[in-house]
Amino acid sequence: MSETNQQNKADGQSWLAVGAWWAVLVLATVFILVTYGNQLDVYEVTILFLTGFSMAWLGKVWPPFRWHALAVAVLSLFALRQYGADLSMAQQDFWLNYVLASQSAIMWMSAFYLVSTVTYFGGLIARSDYTQKLGSRFAWIATTMGMVGLMVRWRESHMMGADIGYIPVSNLYEVFILFCVITSLIYLFYERRYSTRGLGGFVMLMITAAVMFLLWYAFERNAHEIEPLVPALQSYWMKIHVPTNFIGYGAFAIATMIAVAYLLVSWRAEKNPESEFVKAMPSLDAMDDLMHKSIALGFAFFTVATILGAFWAAEAWGGYWTWDPKETWSLILWLNYAAWLHMRFTKGWHGRPMAWWAIAGFFVMLFTFLGVNIFLSGLHSYGGL
Amino acid sequence: MSEKSSMNLSGKNSFPRRLLSFLGTMELAITLLLTLAIASVIGTVLQQNQPYTDYVIKFGPFWFEVFESVGLYDVYSAPWFLLILTLLVVSTAVCVTRHTPSMLKDMRNLRTQVQRKSLATMKHSEQWSSSDAPDTLAKSFQQQLKLKGFRTRLTDKNGAILVSAMRGGINRLGYILTHVAIVVICVGGLMDGNLPLKVAEWRGQIQIETRDLPLSQIPQESRLATGKQAFRGSVSIPEGRSADVVFLPMRDGYLVQSLPFRVELEQFRVEHHDNGQPRSFESDLVIHDPELEEPLRHTIAVNHPLIYKGYAIYQASFADGGSELQVEAWPFDHRAGEPVMLDTSVFDSRDMRWGERQYRLEMTNFRLFNINPDPTDDNPRRMTNSGPSFGFILRSHTGEATEYENYMFPVEREGRMFYLSGVRSSPSENFSYLHLPADANGGVDGFMNYLARLRDTNLVADIASVMTHNALAELPVPDVNLEESLQQTLTTLVGMFVRGGFDEVREFVEVQLPEIERQTLAPAYLGMLREMLARVYFAGVDGHDLDNTDSQNIFFLQDAVDAIGSLPRYHSPVFLMLHDYEHIQASGLQIARAPGQFVVYFGSVMLIAGLFILFYLPQRRLWIWLESEGGVSRVLLAGMTNRNPRDFDGFFDEIQRLLKPDKREL
Repeated sequence: MSETNQQNKADGQSWLAVGAWWAVLVLATVFILVTYGNQLDVYEVTILFLTGFSMAWLGKVWPPFRWHALAVAVLSLFALRQYGADLSMAQQDFWLNYVLASQSAIMWMSAFYLVSTVTYFGGLIARSDYTQKLGSRFAWIATTMGMVGLMVRWRESHMMGADIGYIPVSNLYEVFILFCVITSLIYLFYERRYSTRGLGGFVMLMITAAVMFLLWYAFERNAHEIEPLVPALQSYWMKIHVPTNFIGYGAFAIATMIAVAYLLVSWRAEKNPESEFVKAMPSLDAMDDLMHKSIALGFAFFTVATILGAFWAAEAWGGYWTWDPKETWSLILWLNYAAWLHMRFTKGWHGRPMAWWAIAGFFVMLFTFLGVNIFLSGLHSYGGL
Repeated sequence: MSEKSSMNLSGKNSFPRRLLSFLGTMELAITLLLTLAIASVIGTVLQQNQPYTDYVIKFGPFWFEVFESVGLYDVYSAPWFLLILTLLVVSTAVCVTRHTPSMLKDMRNLRTQVQRKSLATMKHSEQWSSSDAPDTLAKSFQQQLKLKGFRTRLTDKNGAILVSAMRGGINRLGYILTHVAIVVICVGGLMDGNLPLKVAEWRGQIQIETRDLPLSQIPQESRLATGKQAFRGSVSIPEGRSADVVFLPMRDGYLVQSLPFRVELEQFRVEHHDNGQPRSFESDLVIHDPELEEPLRHTIAVNHPLIYKGYAIYQASFADGGSELQVEAWPFDHRAGEPVMLDTSVFDSRDMRWGERQYRLEMTNFRLFNINPDPTDDNPRRMTNSGPSFGFILRSHTGEATEYENYMFPVEREGRMFYLSGVRSSPSENFSYLHLPADANGGVDGFMNYLARLRDTNLVADIASVMTHNALAELPVPDVNLEESLQQTLTTLVGMFVRGGFDEVREFVEVQLPEIERQTLAPAYLGMLREMLARVYFAGVDGHDLDNTDSQNIFFLQDAVDAIGSLPRYHSPVFLMLHDYEHIQASGLQIARAPGQFVVYFGSVMLIAGLFILFYLPQRRLWIWLESEGGVSRVLLAGMTNRNPRDFDGFFDEIQRLLKPDKREL
């Protein structure tokens, strides 16, 4: 605990660094407004400011985020410079071809998430703190590459034609990248704040599963090719609805993996409380608490996302709530976690039953995220396989 | 707080009170949350509001009625579903009403009535001594806690001083906001739901229309006057026309809702990206309203509705609006080669006579673009535009309907050009395509002329005679009988082929020829037929004979023979070819009135604010008990929180370090 406190204190006191961070954000915002101001409508400018404020706050409470954001910015801008206005540079330029073109960056992201998973578990088995730290380094690199991949893809879509460009959170392939990146960011935040490195491998396992799907989807279905958006998706709502939603999904996914870890540790502790595995993992109480925090975070953002979705639906489909399968399943997911939180808050339930329930909740989430698009017909059909 | 309310309740153990108490229990609330979740699944698994005939086919008449009686085809407005929702709202309302007074009190209450003993036993408590006097310490602690955002109060406790402090009292507001929000959202949703229509229907004031009637014939009981009520309906308006009603889908029928204005569609546009995918759907609308000085012009698009007088008008779909079509009808019978011009339009239907048979021709659709995956390209995402097409149904006098889809321009297949015509006998099937080869000039004349020659019995007889003669020229003694019978066979074969394709020829071979001869004669018959077909073809091509052919003609002949061979399965006595068109589109508008929308939005904002307050602004309380003992002050610091106890661990340590005179770690 005291270690965390000192860390908090040190974070709080480096006002110079925070000031520099804010100055960078102000400059970046001004730069974007000057360069692209004439192409942004009032909603997009609002979103820009909201993004700026969120990043300012996040960088203040979480210093490593600043370095991540700066790395993404520098690498993406470098990639843009190498591209110029010529999309075919993706094959001709060394840096683009091997590292920074969106497809290459996403491959690096995939590779580093795999490496991170293996390293985390290796560190857990060997009880090596250093190896586990290395695991989080790899996770940071993977996340940075994933974010660079998305940023560069954003630009690539605009290079394909003036009216084709769109924010790359618009189809299943892109949101899977978003899912990996956001899940990993939320976890890394928790890891630093609550010293829970033992959970790293578990969370990265979930991300690895997403990466596997992503690779299959890209190689088997050519899903990485950029296609213009259907008219229903051409809206500024996309820019806030989808990322908010994936903060929710990401947090729920983390809660699930914590629940899995919780059950494993609690079974092991029952048989042998002195087991190495039990000692290497965070305490049961800590995991129980973090699982609850994750679900609360997920619930808050999922609520916002669903409401934003309703606002958007009112503009695009003629009704804020039409019991479309995606809407209905969002409600089901929301009701499920609402019941979970009520049980926890008012009945004080905790431990194994709640862990099992969190895992069950994951399957509801999985169906809401994927199942609806694959098995049910409805207005969200553009997210299909 | 809860003790008090439960005492009140137990005091008067009447039924309404017990009911109220039951409605406010957490057990009921959680049960309702989960029941609602499970009930909601039904409507996503079973597609809602489909035509009732589809359900009958799916479930059979018995289960269809069972499911209908429990409202499974429109679950979300079924009485039992609304009952669960209402119970949830009532339960939430009871809960929030019961707890709000104590919560509000708790937001302000600094809990000055605590005793030292209870503070000392708290999970977070710490004691130390200081040489400063208690009041000095109290003042300084108060100051420091204020800087940390705490509200503080000093209380005299029989000589001791108690500093009570609280931060995040607003957390309780989070509870109130979230729960009131649920009630507000549901009330708003109710305002926009179709419950009033259900009630009116139940009381017999309105009647759902299930027949497909022209607007003027729809009875008054199925019409709704303009008013303040919520609705969501749709209407399809062809270009140049207007509408002042919308149709509200209700179970297996509809109702007609009048609008206080008239919507005219000037033009509908689809714009495309370079790769052929649609980029935008737009409608130029004109609103005619007596209250307007001049008509209001506005262009709507997907994601950009027009809101007029609280009525939201959305771009929802599009269809053909009765395009005018000029069609060439090429008969397949003996008149083949001579087209007839038809002037028609989409949705037009007329009786036609071809040969002895009577048909009804119904024009169903016109499409300006047909952007489909290119079958010749390995990449299924690459699209090509095959140009305009039109759809029609041919209904025979027995009522048998065959659906067709014909393309205006020939498309390329393996380097040759074909006119495509899709045919199917029911909408559940895929189209199978007739490929009519385009001739050197790109028309169907070449094919039709060839067909006409095959139908020309005199010409076929002449050619058969020449062929027989050539074939039998080798015989030393001319055999007139043999010659005649061979000639007869050849013309018969051609006749059979033209009537029933290769199938009929094969059938003839199977049935007519003795088993023993079949093996040797069947290939010979087919060979002779092919020879005849080629001779008839080249007889019509200038400067060509059988010994002097080019690949273009060979391919054309082959394709034409294949096409004629598949004509019996085409079921149409005529080939319709689009000659010219005038595209008239219709735009599908969705028009809605949702007076509850802003209530729902208000509730939503409340919900979001409440959640973040509840989760991220925990209520934290601190108490400092100061008493003088033997010249030194004894300090007791205690604290508690209502959320995130683990974060509070660190926070309490921080406060301790702040307040203790000796800041060294323990």
